[in-house]
Amino acid sequence: MKHFFLASLLAGAIALPAAAADYSIMAPAAPGGGWDQTARTMQTALQTEKISGKVQVMNVPGAGGTIGIAQFASQQKGNANALMVGGYVMVGAILTNKSPVTLKDVTPIARLTGEYEVIVVPAASEIKTVADLVAKLKANPGAVSWGGGSAGGTDHITAGLIAKAAGVDPTKVNYIAFSGGGEALAAILGGQVTAGISSYGEFESQVKAGALRVLAISSEKKLEGINAPTLKESGLDVVIQNWRMVAAAPGLTPEQKKAVTADVEKLVKSKTWQDSLKTKGWIDTYLSGPEFDAQLAKDIAATETILKDIGLVK
Amino acid sequence: MSTFEFLLQGLVSAMEPMNLFYALIGVTLGTMVGVLPGIGPATTVALLLPVTYQLDATGSLIMFAGIYYGGMYGGSTTSILLNTPGESASIVTALEGNKMARAGRGGPALATAAIGSFVAGLIATLALAFIAPYIVKLALVFGPREYFALMVLAFVTVSSAFGNSTLRGLTSLFIGLALSLVGIDQLTGQNRLSFGVPDLLDGIEVTTMAVAMFAIGETLYIAAQGEAAPDKIEAIRGSVWMTAQDWGRSWKAWLRGTVIGFPIGAMPAGGAEIGTFLSYATEKRLSKHPEEFGNGAIEGVAGPEAANNASAAGTLVPLLTLGLPTSATAAIMLAGFQQYGLQPGPLLFATNPQLVWGLIASLLIANLMLLVLNLPLVGLWVKLLTIPKPWLYAGILVFATLGTIGANPSVFELGMLLVFGLVAYIMRVFDYPIAPVIVGLILGPLAEQQLRRALAISQGDVTVLFTSPIAAVLLSVAAIALVLPLILRARGRGDALSQMAASED
Repeated sequence: MKHFFLASLLAGAIALPAAAADYSIMAPAAPGGGWDQTARTMQTALQTEKISGKVQVMNVPGAGGTIGIAQFASQQKGNANALMVGGYVMVGAILTNKSPVTLKDVTPIARLTGEYEVIVVPAASEIKTVADLVAKLKANPGAVSWGGGSAGGTDHITAGLIAKAAGVDPTKVNYIAFSGGGEALAAILGGQVTAGISSYGEFESQVKAGALRVLAISSEKKLEGINAPTLKESGLDVVIQNWRMVAAAPGLTPEQKKAVTADVEKLVKSKTWQDSLKTKGWIDTYLSGPEFDAQLAKDIAATETILKDIGLVK
Repeated sequence: MSTFEFLLQGLVSAMEPMNLFYALIGVTLGTMVGVLPGIGPATTVALLLPVTYQLDATGSLIMFAGIYYGGMYGGSTTSILLNTPGESASIVTALEGNKMARAGRGGPALATAAIGSFVAGLIATLALAFIAPYIVKLALVFGPREYFALMVLAFVTVSSAFGNSTLRGLTSLFIGLALSLVGIDQLTGQNRLSFGVPDLLDGIEVTTMAVAMFAIGETLYIAAQGEAAPDKIEAIRGSVWMTAQDWGRSWKAWLRGTVIGFPIGAMPAGGAEIGTFLSYATEKRLSKHPEEFGNGAIEGVAGPEAANNASAAGTLVPLLTLGLPTSATAAIMLAGFQQYGLQPGPLLFATNPQLVWGLIASLLIANLMLLVLNLPLVGLWVKLLTIPKPWLYAGILVFATLGTIGANPSVFELGMLLVFGLVAYIMRVFDYPIAPVIVGLILGPLAEQQLRRALAISQGDVTVLFTSPIAAVLLSVAAIALVLPLILRARGRGDALSQMAASED
């Protein structure tokens, strides 16, 4: 019978956030993924730096975060202690899933971190530069297969943007979606697809081992430690980052929003947070206030355009 | 230094008292969560990740490895005793294991699962140490078309192995295939059959389905029979330990399960379930007692249990050598590595040999610990079956519901659990097999996605499916497995088949 007891304990621990929490952070994804790790890193930093007394993390997985955001918007209205982690993938998922709840229905606070996309080919590939790839793409768009993460995600969007910038019809992009970076990486290493596209972290160890070659990175400027030009330097006007953000509940007073923003700023500047970023290889792309609101609106509009161009959103 | 010396050095490091302690915590926690339906090893490792910030890298990875192996083992206990699979890799174990438990042979079923897991874990961990680089090369040769061929083979062998009526088996399989279409299509991002319900966007969770089909359906069935139910379950008949005959029938199944499970676990898109399906089908084919399958054949527990543990070790091959996480747990372990600034991949063996070999050695130790921990408990576990039936089944209901809610706090998920439980009850009443539904739900999306990926890469050219040597061989084996029994039956009206079966003795 001890198992019944244990089951209820575990189920209770996972299902119910404790009422004593100063902040409760929702990760709208299963434990282990990027958003979950962001939420848990925030939890540790907020507690260690004494910005908040006790922080709870709650996972509401599903459908690119759209299930989580729907629950967050309806259940936490006016609760100044509730936070939610989100990111660029959510912007795309809201559009492709036609989610009735969008980022307008919560209070975006700040962009926290980001990862840039890289385009890679196997070391043995005849493609040496972005120009080679573009030439192939122009000759026959279908013959260039791109391996990356889920359909409509950052990887897919980047492939679409590259085609568009190169003057190739984005609907012709032969994008092969794999579940998660691991499976895509195997297909790239095994030479099953022409090129791979994902965040740099997914490929780092293979690049360092010389099994993959980076053709370009999607950042504004060249990054230290990555021996590759930017897409811009390669003649394609594409800058994109897979960012992660934190949002507060809807219906907050301006004072409440200010207080949350101040706490997040303290968090971002803290040593614990900065140290964690270093060990995890996340890039600090902190942006808050009106600048973040403007950037977010821009990203949403650009994403909608490219998803329509690719044909994923009508 | 040779591999062997590295391994010895690793064993010394893993034998340090603190590391042994972490391994013990790991296997104990792992076994406990493996027992709970819904809460798998992946969730446990994820929840423990922040806790281990304070530990050193070796210690926490050893603990994770213990949880991983423990979880793989723990799932079989509830499958066998309560017909409630703790995670998807132990679904097949429930088929024969629970029948054995009801016939008073729960002890031998648990023992063969424990020893089989140990044997498979031992062989597979050694294989991980010595032949990992070669296996990885093989795994990379597998592209979408090879995976598709493997799935076809799995469908053919598995569908013939479940139930007595082909028509009923196929009907169940297609129910599973239809359900597997629900949710966001992975290749285009479009919704299918979700009817505007956001909870359906990610498809139907396999563990929810398995718990509903096995545990809830069974409970309803027993309850509906009321007083007319057959005799009460005999908890122990004969010895609680395995007899000489049990050993004789188990050991080959363990070895075959290991050989099937390890490479499939090592493949980037393999997954532990597929190994268990193939192992079950193989054991049924090769058994000298095919009539016992469906009524509690010990090979049907021994093989799949070995396969599931071997594939757990197999999963670590691409994780450590390529940095490829091929299961949810491996993905979280990867996050654990990164927490310490370690990047698993081709360089890990060179840059951190101490850590890698310490981990491999601790897997060996965790494996032994599991056996020591679980064998003495067999007698205790079996007593669960002596609980009066109304109590036992009420308990199973509570347990299944809590597990599902714990894994995903959603009212819709709970509703789904009950609706599919009802479906399973109806299927049971009309004598349709349950397992093919789960098989369809798991294999359906894999087969579909790999086929579409293969065709997308070839830009619609169907011939690519047959032109790769590996795919061609796998498809030929599948075709033979499908056609041969038909030809034999047509020729000798089944005489040849029954003769073949007889001459195997």
